Amino acid sequence: MIGFVLFYLIPADPAKFACGRACTEVQVQKVAHYLGTDRPLYVQYGRFLGRLFPIGFSGGFHFKAPDLGHSFVNRQPVTSIVGAAAPVTASLVFGGMILWMMIALPIGILSALRPRSLLDRFSMTGVLIGISAHPVWLGLIASYLIGYRLGWTPIAGYANFFHPLYAQPGGPVQWAYHLILPWITFAILFAAVYVRMIRANVLETMNEDYVRTARAKGAPEARVMRAHILRNALLPVVTMLGMDVGLALGGAVFTETVYSLNGLGYQTIQSLNNYDSPTVLGILVFATTAIIVLNLVVDLLYAWIDPRIRLT
Amino acid sequence: MPLLEVKDLKTYFATGDGVVKAVDGVSFSIEKGQTLGIVGESGSGKSVTCLTIMGLNPKRRTTSTGEALFNGEDLLKASPSRLREIRGNDIAMIFQDPMTSLNPVHTVGTQLVEAVLLHRDISRGKAKARALELLKQVGIPRAERRIDDYPHQFSGGMRQRVMIAMALINDPDLLIADEPTTALDVTTQAQILALIEKLQSDYDSAVIMITHDLGVIAEIADDVVVMYAAEVVEKSPVDRIFKNPHHPYTWGLMGSLPRLDADLERLTQIPGQPPSLLRPPPGCRFHPRCAYVMDVCRTKAPRLEPVRNEPNHLQACHLDEETKDREAARLLHMFATGAA
Repeated sequence: MIGFVLFYLIPADPAKFACGRACTEVQVQKVAHYLGTDRPLYVQYGRFLGRLFPIGFSGGFHFKAPDLGHSFVNRQPVTSIVGAAAPVTASLVFGGMILWMMIALPIGILSALRPRSLLDRFSMTGVLIGISAHPVWLGLIASYLIGYRLGWTPIAGYANFFHPLYAQPGGPVQWAYHLILPWITFAILFAAVYVRMIRANVLETMNEDYVRTARAKGAPEARVMRAHILRNALLPVVTMLGMDVGLALGGAVFTETVYSLNGLGYQTIQSLNNYDSPTVLGILVFATTAIIVLNLVVDLLYAWIDPRIRLT
Repeated sequence: MPLLEVKDLKTYFATGDGVVKAVDGVSFSIEKGQTLGIVGESGSGKSVTCLTIMGLNPKRRTTSTGEALFNGEDLLKASPSRLREIRGNDIAMIFQDPMTSLNPVHTVGTQLVEAVLLHRDISRGKAKARALELLKQVGIPRAERRIDDYPHQFSGGMRQRVMIAMALINDPDLLIADEPTTALDVTTQAQILALIEKLQSDYDSAVIMITHDLGVIAEIADDVVVMYAAEVVEKSPVDRIFKNPHHPYTWGLMGSLPRLDADLERLTQIPGQPPSLLRPPPGCRFHPRCAYVMDVCRTKAPRLEPVRNEPNHLQACHLDEETKDREAARLLHMFATGAA
């Protein structure tokens, strides 16, 4: 809704833009009528909702796939634009998430075990750099050094996991090969945040009474860490992970732009530049849905791992 | 040979402000099947003494010296893996707050089974049967069903019963109970104490009962150690200490014990606060709060020495014995009758 109003307030006429520079006033009006932008805001919003609602009323009551309308720019259905871009972003985000947890877990636990040790100080400094570095800068540096100078990885681009397009690389190996650098870039920022969080949570949990109980039972340190500290310390991390992944699914704008990945973030930027409100709104709807669904998944997961909030 | 003999135990914590002498030369011993009560105010070093014996103090910035001979083996010199074998198997511990001492994400059954499997090479099913047996013994109703419940589904008293079950599951020779009833309401306290006493005789375990409540001591202890500011100030069999206490601090503790049979206007309290263990007062550590303070108390620390004709009754105070006998009799009479 807010997105809708914002677009309405932009003092630019998408019809004029879509029509081209040489259009006459009459032609622009025709285009505006074709696109529907000559109608009042509430009519446009009503149509938008009507298309989105999965039950149709015209020609009898029936179910239909939610429709996000058509792009102002190339008249493609927004649903298929989002459908093409979403897997790219999803590959980036989920792969990145696995990578950042693989980095953050061991470092976070180790520096919690030895607070103020050399390793702890070293990793905390790294964390600070990771948080401070901008993903665009990181991405450019990584793609220059590793992709260009060393030539180990592609500089940019994406390869489909399934069904590669004609004369394009594809398949799982190429997919992963193309995504290594984006994953690293994407993961560094989050890994930094998560190292801090895991370290703090583990440190806090180590002082709990039940950890002392476990030691008093004669449990070895590794078991105390795994069965008693981590199970409890990682509960809030799961929540954070769900929210961050949901948010990132809406588009990892910087990383996608640097590596020319045609994901949701990249698509958003392009559409914004073209005053293509249906596409931007479509991505917005998709991202919102992703966040809601992921939060639901996290809540369900939480009930499974934390017995205290289980319904009895 | 006593089951556990602690000799000149010292535990120092290095902090940013200096060295905290949390336990400063504590000695006591306990025989098989006996109950030893350790009594004192908060911060007098009772809990740290026992955590040191168990090897559960944080390793960093902590130094422990002295000896803690368990069946002749010095626990302070034992390797971490040997200590792990002993913990939960030969020596078990019950903690003060049952609300936080159980892991919230595991069922009580899982936690009991873990305690068994850490020390016994038996099947999970047998361990669970043992866990169930213990839960029944500590009086958990419908134990067959409750064994799969989580700690938050139990009340405080029931959780402490679970803790006791967990401590006794491997039939330990020594049970250390660190203020097991402090966090519970009065009726539950009595039940838990009765339970510990009953199981102690069933399992023939020795018990170290840490408490600040002399009532608890009177109920179940055979011997009493009174601690003040990281030191032992009086040590004796339980009937002696209630009939003829010899240290002004013990008198103070007794005066602050509520009694149902006496019609007291208000309880007597010990004035002031326990001293900082960072910089304990010179001489006798109790002298700033003592009503009987003499000049010698401010400069010379009294030694723990036996009372005349009573080799088992040790006390550390400069007062002469006649005064102490007289004062003890007078104060006990006063506490009992309410006459001021």
